[in-house]
Amino acid sequence: MQKLVVIGAGMASGRLLEQLFAANPDAYDVTLFNAEPRGNYNRLMLSPVLSGEKSFAEIITHDEDWYAAHKVNCRFGEAIVKIDRDRKVVVGAKGEVPYDKLVIATGSAPFIIPVPGRDLPGVVTFRDLDDVEKMRGACGQGKSAVVIGGGLLGLEAAAGLRLQGMDVTVIHLAGHLMERQLDPAAGYLLGRAMEARGIRVHTQGSTKAILGHARCEAVLLADETTYPADLVVLAVGIRPEVRLANDCGLEVARGIVVDDAMHTSDPDVFALGECVEHRKTCYGLVAPLYDMAKVLAKTLLGEAGAYEGSEVSTKLKVTGVDLFSAGDFADKEGREDIVFRDPGRGVYKRLVLEGDRLIGAVLYGDTADGAWFFSLIKDATDVSEMRETLIFGPAYQGGAKADPMAAVAALPPEAEICGCNGVCKGRIVEAIEGGATTLDQVRAETKASSSCGTCTGLVEQVMALTLGDGFKMPTAQPMCKCTDLTHEDVRRLIKSQGLKSIPAVTQELAWKTPNGCHSCRPALNFYLLAEWPLDYRDDRQSRFVNERNHANIQKDGTYSVVPRMWGGVTTPAELRAIADAAEKYDVPMVKVTGGQRIDLLGVKKEDLPAMWADLNAAGLVSGHAYSKGLRTVKTCVGSQFCRFGTQDSTGLGIKLEQLLWGSWTPHKVKLGVSGCPRNCAEATCKDVGVICVDSGYQISVAGAAGMEVKETEALAAAPTEEEVLEITAAFVQLYRETAKYLDRPYKWVAKVGLDWVKAQVVDDLESRKALAARFEISQSVYRKDPWAEHAAADERPRWAPLADLTLEAAE
Amino acid sequence: MSWIDIGTLDDIPPLGARVLKTPLGCVAVFRAEGDRLFAISDRCPHKGGPLSEGIVHGDKVTCPLHNWVFSLETGEAQGADVGRVETFAVKAEGGRILFDGARLAQRDAA
Repeated sequence: MQKLVVIGAGMASGRLLEQLFAANPDAYDVTLFNAEPRGNYNRLMLSPVLSGEKSFAEIITHDEDWYAAHKVNCRFGEAIVKIDRDRKVVVGAKGEVPYDKLVIATGSAPFIIPVPGRDLPGVVTFRDLDDVEKMRGACGQGKSAVVIGGGLLGLEAAAGLRLQGMDVTVIHLAGHLMERQLDPAAGYLLGRAMEARGIRVHTQGSTKAILGHARCEAVLLADETTYPADLVVLAVGIRPEVRLANDCGLEVARGIVVDDAMHTSDPDVFALGECVEHRKTCYGLVAPLYDMAKVLAKTLLGEAGAYEGSEVSTKLKVTGVDLFSAGDFADKEGREDIVFRDPGRGVYKRLVLEGDRLIGAVLYGDTADGAWFFSLIKDATDVSEMRETLIFGPAYQGGAKADPMAAVAALPPEAEICGCNGVCKGRIVEAIEGGATTLDQVRAETKASSSCGTCTGLVEQVMALTLGDGFKMPTAQPMCKCTDLTHEDVRRLIKSQGLKSIPAVTQELAWKTPNGCHSCRPALNFYLLAEWPLDYRDDRQSRFVNERNHANIQKDGTYSVVPRMWGGVTTPAELRAIADAAEKYDVPMVKVTGGQRIDLLGVKKEDLPAMWADLNAAGLVSGHAYSKGLRTVKTCVGSQFCRFGTQDSTGLGIKLEQLLWGSWTPHKVKLGVSGCPRNCAEATCKDVGVICVDSGYQISVAGAAGMEVKETEALAAAPTEEEVLEITAAFVQLYRETAKYLDRPYKWVAKVGLDWVKAQVVDDLESRKALAARFEISQSVYRKDPWAEHAAADERPRWAPLADLTLEAAE
Repeated sequence: MSWIDIGTLDDIPPLGARVLKTPLGCVAVFRAEGDRLFAISDRCPHKGGPLSEGIVHGDKVTCPLHNWVFSLETGEAQGADVGRVETFAVKAEGGRILFDGARLAQRDAA
């Protein structure tokens, strides 16, 4: 019988021995060394042991009886002195063992970050049962633990320690947790879930030192943050354990280099598991290890077998957190994403496609389809046929019915679906029965969802109900008919490809129309000016009439003119100028608006520049009552006159208006500042509302008082006006940078989540300042009066008719 | 045909329009991609919106009031909307815009 020596009794070699004995129990006389004083157990289940959800006995995979039954000579707890390849012996602390074949399965060692204090008692790694026992020994109610490393292992350790009653902080170097397995969106959701279970997460945290005298007491970060720590767990990563292989002169790169048959550079020495490097890849997950074990068992039995690398998938084993990732999901050229988000349920799914193949998947919140996606990745299945419904998983393929959509089904025919255009369900059903099968056709036929678009989902559900299987719910809405790309795609590509003009976008992103349409052009114009404030030149011809003409068109083709009244404050001189202009240009109606200013209605287009010049002369500028931009800042009287006012709300409103005016945003933005909680300025239904209180200012955002009515949600409390201004600028800039065109702030916040906004705009000071700085760069271009520009003498002829043939004809 | 010089090409911004007053009502003169000129009635048959203020895309314009889309070439409403606006002959020559006044004259004669 040949002699086989195996170094390392971990999961890889455990599986190898199982395979070997199953195929031929008498092929080898086996000696098994292990540094740990025990045999093989399921290392993946160490976290439940740490949390107390399982006992060690439950996770043992090979016990003494198993080793005895297979006549394995166990040398557990014995260190290896060296491997002598010339003599073909392994030298252990208690004597040498000769081999015919040798398998190295030394696994990996935790990476120890080179910071002061790493040797202090109380600093542990998370690798084996001894580590778990040390951690459990340090646990106790009210004690603090810091886990350095927010990867798979670190988070499992953190969750386990938290369940043991510890106060736990996770320090992670990257910008989001598990950055190797998750994209930022899923990483963010994970961070939120961790915090929801009481685990503090500090991302972009670089550990400077572990502090303490007799044992660890605290962790100090590079940004000077300190966290108390009775226990420090180092979980920053692993590296292949290659010392023995190095010492005996085997070829070692990052890991012990093996070929497809698991041979090392010595024909009688093999290696497998986390210690190897195969085709330049090292693995740290169990599935590839098992694949290797299968191949090596064949090789040892003289059969042909080849390991060809593995696709890997990850599932986080923290009770109550559903997370799955597989394959490759980096943003690269030629890759496309299908993304599904349901913020209400906390579900995020992202599929990455390259050509007709699925190459990566990230699932958060609902991982039921993970295995199916993983098999599509591994098998390189052509998914082009099911692409449209792919993200809904296998249940949706092959015509299986989706949700019954009971709510929409139950609506009577006269129920109104589209409020803008007054379209009821019956009318939509009629149009569908009359042959409309796509959303565009229904839209064209009935006008339903053709204005604000908020009812699009409802219209689609009516279509799904009426058409049954004939209707496929679209996964991602393209921006318009000119492209298949979504708004989000287009924005991302404008940035990543450095596209700086509308022609550049339509060309590079393969628009289907020569120069877009009335729907995409205004959106592109905004995305471009928001992304490249200094480079991009605003394209007037891509603006809706109101923004192009800096006045609101009325039903009869005349315009309304609204001068700005800063914070709703005016002067007798301004009022006189307005009155004069109203008379001079025969304004049929003068009306006070809801935004605390005066509207001059019914002005002829050719009169606009002259009227603006008159108003400019009195110091009045455009009120942008026509723009997707800052409209008004409504204020109350405040502490200057009001007996209840706590702060100068009027003054702050004026400052805010002066900060924000002229800026273009995805949709209109209105602010309110109230001087006390009586809230006379109705600040709590605005996009940004400030309520003054004795201690300072409460800033809330994402209100609505239009088609929908919604109270604002608290964003921050600020002690000073300066901070209010900075937070507001940062909020508006984040909205400008990330919202879809024509989404009001309340819709945008509902999509991205208030917590995320808060993190960028309030909590992360650096991010806040950067946002405010970027806003200021943009404002250096746009904080100016467009009326003055167009009122210039040489501009005026452009506002008049090109020619008048009525006179000629009369002659 | 009776061509009337109504201005220079530069008077109309690319992908824009200007209004021409005529005895038949306002006409919108468009400068589409490639400096191709079109002239159609400036009044949308739906609710009278000024088509000269619409966004020009391809050979089409979208009415600024309710998003009806018209072909600049035929004057026909596009998509499911039914309607048509009058079209007029217009051309560019040597940087000048020439408008066909024959129809206006006919009307005078009538």
